[in-house]
Amino acid sequence: MARAVRPGRKALNTAIAWTIAAMIFFPILWTVLTSFKSEATAIADPPVFLFFDWTLENYETVQQRSNYARHFWNSVVISVGSTILGLMLAIPAAWSMAFVPSKHTKNILMWMLSTKMLPPVGVLVPMYLLFRDFGLLDTRTGLVIVLTLINLPIIVWMLYTYFREIPGEILEAARMDGASLKSEVLYVLLPMAVPGIASTMLLNIILAWNEAFWTLTLTAAKAAPLTAFIASYSSPEGLFYAKLSAASTMAIAPILIMGWFSQKQLVRGLTFGAVK
Amino acid sequence: MATKASRSAARLMISPSVLLLLGWMLIPLALTVYFSFLRYNLLMPGGTPFVGLENYEYFFTDPAFMAAITNTLLLVVGVLVVSVGGGILLALLIDQPMWGQGIVRILVIAPFFVMPTVSALVWKNMFLNPVNGLFAHLANSLGLQPYDFLSQAPLLSIIGIVSWQWLPFATLILLTALQSLDSERLEAAEMDGAGSFARFRFMVLPHMSRAITVVILIETIFLLSIFAEILVTTNGGPGNASTNLTYLVYAQSLLQFDVGLGSAGGVVAIILANIVAIFLMRMIGKNLDA
Repeated sequence: MARAVRPGRKALNTAIAWTIAAMIFFPILWTVLTSFKSEATAIADPPVFLFFDWTLENYETVQQRSNYARHFWNSVVISVGSTILGLMLAIPAAWSMAFVPSKHTKNILMWMLSTKMLPPVGVLVPMYLLFRDFGLLDTRTGLVIVLTLINLPIIVWMLYTYFREIPGEILEAARMDGASLKSEVLYVLLPMAVPGIASTMLLNIILAWNEAFWTLTLTAAKAAPLTAFIASYSSPEGLFYAKLSAASTMAIAPILIMGWFSQKQLVRGLTFGAVK
Repeated sequence: MATKASRSAARLMISPSVLLLLGWMLIPLALTVYFSFLRYNLLMPGGTPFVGLENYEYFFTDPAFMAAITNTLLLVVGVLVVSVGGGILLALLIDQPMWGQGIVRILVIAPFFVMPTVSALVWKNMFLNPVNGLFAHLANSLGLQPYDFLSQAPLLSIIGIVSWQWLPFATLILLTALQSLDSERLEAAEMDGAGSFARFRFMVLPHMSRAITVVILIETIFLLSIFAEILVTTNGGPGNASTNLTYLVYAQSLLQFDVGLGSAGGVVAIILANIVAIFLMRMIGKNLDA
């Protein structure tokens, strides 16, 4: 845009935008700050903003007393696990749809996306009973399976859009040089698709980490990830705001950072490409 | 260039995903429908007799059902209005020339990445709590009585919490769409004498209409299944005031262990969601042609 903007107008825009952005971000900021307060300071009236005795005691307490590390590890395992499993299933599928399309390809893709629109509560009962009967309740394996299934359509979709941007001629050239299918995919396609695959992994880890239906209904104590662990703070005893803040900060920090780097992928993945 | 060999390879490569998703779609769904026709309570021993539509009758005549449907629709519409309306305004604002646009974006996007249980509990305790929450402190400092949000306006509070989470999503999508608008056309229109409201109404809004539709449809799909926020704040209460269809089915299936009734509820939830899905698929289908 070549026109100059009056600095007054720009300053006004900046002031309004920063104010609103600060208001929207404030709950997160407040949580992080409160995590460093003592419990008494956390509920102080008038509220204390920056000038208090910063302490790490909440972080210590949460980690020591409540097996926080296990829940954190559960979140890591199910997020990364479902992502890897999803990629293993989706890379071949996306290859086939992007490079060997048939007249059914579009329909298959649309159908896959439509499976994501199933309200989870519609299958809550059989999933719970099946998991119970197969010993998958409260296991990380069970959660990995469910999370893979619910996110597979998005992984396939995103890989498909990234693969389509790779010119097919390069794969053909490899084929004509005598490459087998496996080598074509592993040694020619994947190296070129690394950015796309990385973006897809990022988005899927975020979606799996924050998933808050199956992780709450299919787990108890052993396999509960952070979503369920934090939910257990909904009926606590005694003063707990500072501890809740510490637990929350640790739970959301990795994803916040990953999310800030994955904005474009989010738009591509969650609008199913309808917005570019 | 697809040789016969690569076509059969392609079919092979796509089949695990298709088969798994097919199984995921059909098996639990079939079981839900099957269970919905049985009298099946996990706590009551004895058989699970086939009772036809009894569960559906019971479900539809349960006073909680009407409340749940109403609340579900109110939740969806409420969050849509705030997130999409606010998203349009925010997108327009962030698109303006300013300093530090990147940081503004980061701050505004953040709530979407916070896990639902964390955001619900942070709001419930540190903001909405009538004794220790910040809003209560604010009220006290103004000499007013603190308002117990979650008891006296549970649905509205949950709409607020969920809107806070989804406003960033809408803003991000709409901002992306907005930034793809060719600014030269806008300038040309301005030089032809179009005022800013006219430019907005006849150029910006139509350009964004597709993104707005997508945001509305995608949010609706997810908002029909709001669960975690209700679970950790109000548990559907007081009474049924903040129970939506998802929570109602959950309560019946896993809290009352009435699996037959819960399955009937699940089928109803699926039918409701399917109607929305049909519209969304039409939208995406247009994009795949483009």
